[in-house]
Order: sequence, then structure tokens, then C-alpha cells
Amino acid sequence: MNLNAVGIVYRKEFTEWVRDRRTLISTVLVPLFLFPLMMVGFSALAVVMVGKAEKETPKIMILGGEDSPQLIASIKKLDSLEIVPYAANWKDEISNKDIRAAVEIPKGFEKSLETGQSETVKIYFYDGEMKSSFGANRLEKFLKDYRDTVVKDRLAVKNLPASVLSPFAIKQENVAPPEKVSGATFGSFIGYTVIILCMTGAMYPAIDLTAGEKERGTMETILSSPISRMDLVLGKFLLVFSASLATAILSVISMGTSFAILGHTNLMNSSGGQTLALNLGLLSVVSVFVMALPLAFLFSAVLMTIALFAKSYKEAQSYLTPMTFVIVIPAVASIMPGVELTPKLALIPVLNTSLVCKEIISGTYHWNSIALIFASTCVYAGVALFLAFKTFQRESVLFRS
Amino acid sequence: MIEARGLSKRFQDNKRGEIRAVDDVSFRCEPGRIYGLLGANGAGKTTTLRILATILEPSDGTALVCGYDVVEEPEKVRANVGFLSTATALYPRLTAQELVEYFGRLNGLDETTLKKRVDEIFNRLDMNGFRDRRCDKLSTGMKQKTSIARTLVHDPPVMIFDEPTLGLDIMTARTITTFIRECRDRGKTVIFSTHIMSEVEKLCDVIGIIHDGKLLTEGTLGELRERYAEQDLEEIFVKVVGPLQAKAEA
Repeated sequence: MNLNAVGIVYRKEFTEWVRDRRTLISTVLVPLFLFPLMMVGFSALAVVMVGKAEKETPKIMILGGEDSPQLIASIKKLDSLEIVPYAANWKDEISNKDIRAAVEIPKGFEKSLETGQSETVKIYFYDGEMKSSFGANRLEKFLKDYRDTVVKDRLAVKNLPASVLSPFAIKQENVAPPEKVSGATFGSFIGYTVIILCMTGAMYPAIDLTAGEKERGTMETILSSPISRMDLVLGKFLLVFSASLATAILSVISMGTSFAILGHTNLMNSSGGQTLALNLGLLSVVSVFVMALPLAFLFSAVLMTIALFAKSYKEAQSYLTPMTFVIVIPAVASIMPGVELTPKLALIPVLNTSLVCKEIISGTYHWNSIALIFASTCVYAGVALFLAFKTFQRESVLFRS
Repeated sequence: MIEARGLSKRFQDNKRGEIRAVDDVSFRCEPGRIYGLLGANGAGKTTTLRILATILEPSDGTALVCGYDVVEEPEKVRANVGFLSTATALYPRLTAQELVEYFGRLNGLDETTLKKRVDEIFNRLDMNGFRDRRCDKLSTGMKQKTSIARTLVHDPPVMIFDEPTLGLDIMTARTITTFIRECRDRGKTVIFSTHIMSEVEKLCDVIGIIHDGKLLTEGTLGELRERYAEQDLEEIFVKVVGPLQAKAEA
């Protein structure tokens, strides 16, 4: 191996790479701006949309209830609901979003309350439609309060305290540190995203330096120079690897920035109203990056080897698109609830790195698993690079027509 | 000096089975002379020249280029060869100068020698007007000059040209043929493939007619005229290849 020749090829490929708009978009722009856009942008948009929907006074229709004047009067008094007159096609009106929900008061409802009989009040709404759900929720809250009042009155008549219905209270309380809570929530997402971006960062340079070179007719030019094929592959591989790493680094920086912005703008609240502070400490950032290294190595070698079989850029893209699914499936599997790192899963490439990143971000370091994952991915990466070398020796691949 | 000894190249084709692209080809090219490999499309010219440039490995036989074996020492062979064909394109995102320098460095030139060589070649080929222009912005003529500069940067003693004028306009083709003559005049060993008879007549000192992977005949133009009792090279070519072609078609 001639390191000087490898360096010459690397420098040349780097010069061409930074001058290529397509690779710059996939390597720099996507990771740098995708996260702030996706996370801050979409979160802010969601907050605005939900707030707007909450402010709207939902139109509600009452079905029946002519013999329950007190309940009807209480509903009509509510400022949070707008009651519209009855129409026979109320189901269509809900589906067409003309009204948000309808409440059906059973016949003789108030009389049944007096006699202690149980009745069912039905709320009709459009499942999956946010504004309809808000309307239905408001109705349900009102009816629950109304029911509590009825219960209290009944207990008062019998001289019983309200606590008779709830002899003790139940409360869940988190004891894990906030960064672990947020790590468990976002860790899998971060690992998944770093992995996907490592791949997309490597994909375009891998195509450009192999199939792209064949398509442009420069493969024969470079093969006629005295550089050995091994040095040539190594120079090209290092560039693809650099692109993949650059994407990984930029994506980690971008994610850190996005979470910091979210933390400041208070957009990321848990259900309890407590802000989920994602504390991406230096150790976890460096650890995620170190774990991504052999994976980026593996992706670079595999993508280059596959792309080399193609005659053109387009053909290489069609070969690598199914490859995206091969990588996405284990990455997605890692974010499934209940999927946790085991010694067997630690040997499955992509899935293992995604799972270990999830643990690292939540502050858990199982060093044995980390060592096993790092070592196994390094072995896979080494095999992939060896295959890339071998493929570059094959005339039937280089001059496929 | 090039010496091909029983060169053969077989390819495996899924539909047609084994194809003998080059079949036991032997010839010699001397320094200061141009050897013209004349043949129709698919005759085996490109494969032969790719083997000489060590881009392909022979299935059988071998060749010596400047005393180096193409199978045993391919990198040393390439360091002594300048290879130019219509398939040897330029890197579009490099400038003409960057491209020539890149190949100079790959050929092991130090920075001082490289700078001197690049300046000398750019002056000789009148390339200074576009030395900082990216290759994808160059005209066809400029691209050809840059390709020539690439092959010349390490001053190789052997030049291999595979149909270098294919698809070029008259003026650009003329730049190439002038350059090939200059290579001979500088004492380089030149091998040149084409199917254009007039180019062979104008340029070549020795002519080899190749068909279906086999070298059917070779000699100077005078020798071929005498051997086949024809003045016109095209007629000679038809006399040599015609019977085999007719046999194959039958």
C-alpha cells in the first residue's frame, strides 16, 4: 500500500466532492437544517395549530332531552360550547365538519336520576379529527362534573362524606433523573437518525465515485494511471467514509442545537406539564459518535461495493434504494417499545448501534455490550472493505456493458 | 518498445457463451515508429490495447512494455505508458491544470518537476487560456488537449492511442494526429488503433490488420501493397478480411 498515492486520490476526490452540489446537499444541508426544521418548525406549527383548535368554540347538537330541561339548560349555559338546533342529518354534519359533536340524552333521563336508575348518555364525534375530539372532550368533562354533582347530592342526602367514594388516592412519581427520562424518550430517535444520516451521507459520494465515474468515462482514465487498485479503492473509500462521518457529526450538532432551542421555547412539554430537558452531555455525544464510526465505515464500504456494479448513476440509485430499507428496518425495530439490547441483538448490525445509542443517551453504559457492538461492527466493516477491494479487481464489474 | 507474445483474452457472455476477443496475438512495436492496429468494430483492437495498458489482464500470453511484463508488473508498465482513447474522459469538476497535476502526482512526479512539466506542456499545447477552467466547461478541442497533456505529463516512452479521433471534428482530430506524429518524432513507441484507412495511410509505419481477435497480417504499407497486389489500403483490408467475413456470415 502506498499512503502517498492514497492521499493524492483522497485530496482529488475531496476537491471534486466539495464542488458537487448533490453531495453537499445530502452531506451538509440535510443534516444541518433538517432537524431544526423538523423539530422546531413542526413542534411550533403543532403548538400553533392545537392552540388555534382549542380556542375555537365547538358547535354541538343536542339529540333528545326534551324531558330533561335542567340538563339542557346547564349545557346551553356553557360558554365553551355553541349549541345548534337539531337536524335529522346530524351524522353527516359531524362527518362534514359542520358541527364538531352531538350528545344524545336518553328519554326520561332526569326522571331516571331521581329514581336511581342508570342511563347512558352518548357523545357522537369524528374519531381522529382534532377539533371534533376537543368538542367531545368538553362535553364529556361537563357530563362528568354533572355526574359528580349528582353523586355529591345523593351522599349529602344520606349524610355521607364525599371521601366514601375514594378511600385512598393513587399517584405515580418518577424517580429517574430528568436527563434519563428524556434520554429514554428521545434516545432511540437520535440513534435512528444518526444511523440513517450516516447512510445518506455516504450514499451519494459512493455512487459518484464508482458508477458516476463509469458513466462519465473517467474509470478507464484512472485505471490507466500507475496507481494500484488497492490504493485507488482506499482513497475513494476514505472520501466516502469522511462524507458519512461529516453527516453524522453535523447531525449530532444540529440535533443538540434543535433540542436546546426547544428547551428554551418550552415547546417540548411532557404530559405532566414538566419540561423534558434533553441533556446531551459531551460524553454521550462523543460515545454516540464513536459508536457511529464503525457503522459509517461499514456503510461506506457496502454502498461503494454495490454501486460499483452499476453502469450509471441512475442504475446505482435503483440498486441502493432497496438497501435503504435493509438499513431502515433494523433501525426502526430499535425504536419499537420493548426492544432492548441483548447479547444476540448486539451482533445484528445497525440494530445494535441504534439500541446502544438509545442507552448511551439515557446515560446507561453497559461496557461489555458497547465493546461487543463496536468489535462486531468493526469486523463487518473490515469484511465489507475487503469485498470492495475484491470487486474493484473484477474486470467484469469494472467494464460491465 | 512493445512486444506482444501470444496475447489472448476470453470473456464469458451469458447469451453467447465464451467469447475470444483477442486470440493469440503477437507483434512488436519499435521506438520512433507508429504501429497501426486496423480493424472493424469488435475486431479486438480496444481489448488488445487495454491489455497493453494493463487495464485488462490477458487470459493467455503476455506482453512486454519497456521491458516490463504486463501481468507481473502492471504498475511499472502504466508508469511508462500514456493511454488515450475516446473512453478516457476528464474529471468534470477539476480544472484542466488540476487534472494534469493529479495524473502527474499519481505518476510520482515531485512538485518542482511537476510544475515545470505542466508549464512546459501548457505552453506547447497553447492551453494557458483555459488552464483554470473546469473540464465540464471546456470545448471538445480543449478537452482533447487536456487529455493529451494528461498522457504527456510524466513523459512516457510508450504511447497507446485507442481510436483517438473517433467522433471528433476535423480540426480536433488534426490536433490528435499532429500530436501522434510528434510522439514518433520524439522517439516514443506508438501504437494506434483505428478503422479509418486514411489515418493509417498517413500515420503508420507498420500496419497490423486484426479481425475476430486474430492478427491476420502485418507489415509496412509498401509491404502490404506488394503482398496483396493492391495500392489502396481499403482494397487490401477487404482482401484480408473479406473471405473470413463471408465465411462467418455463411
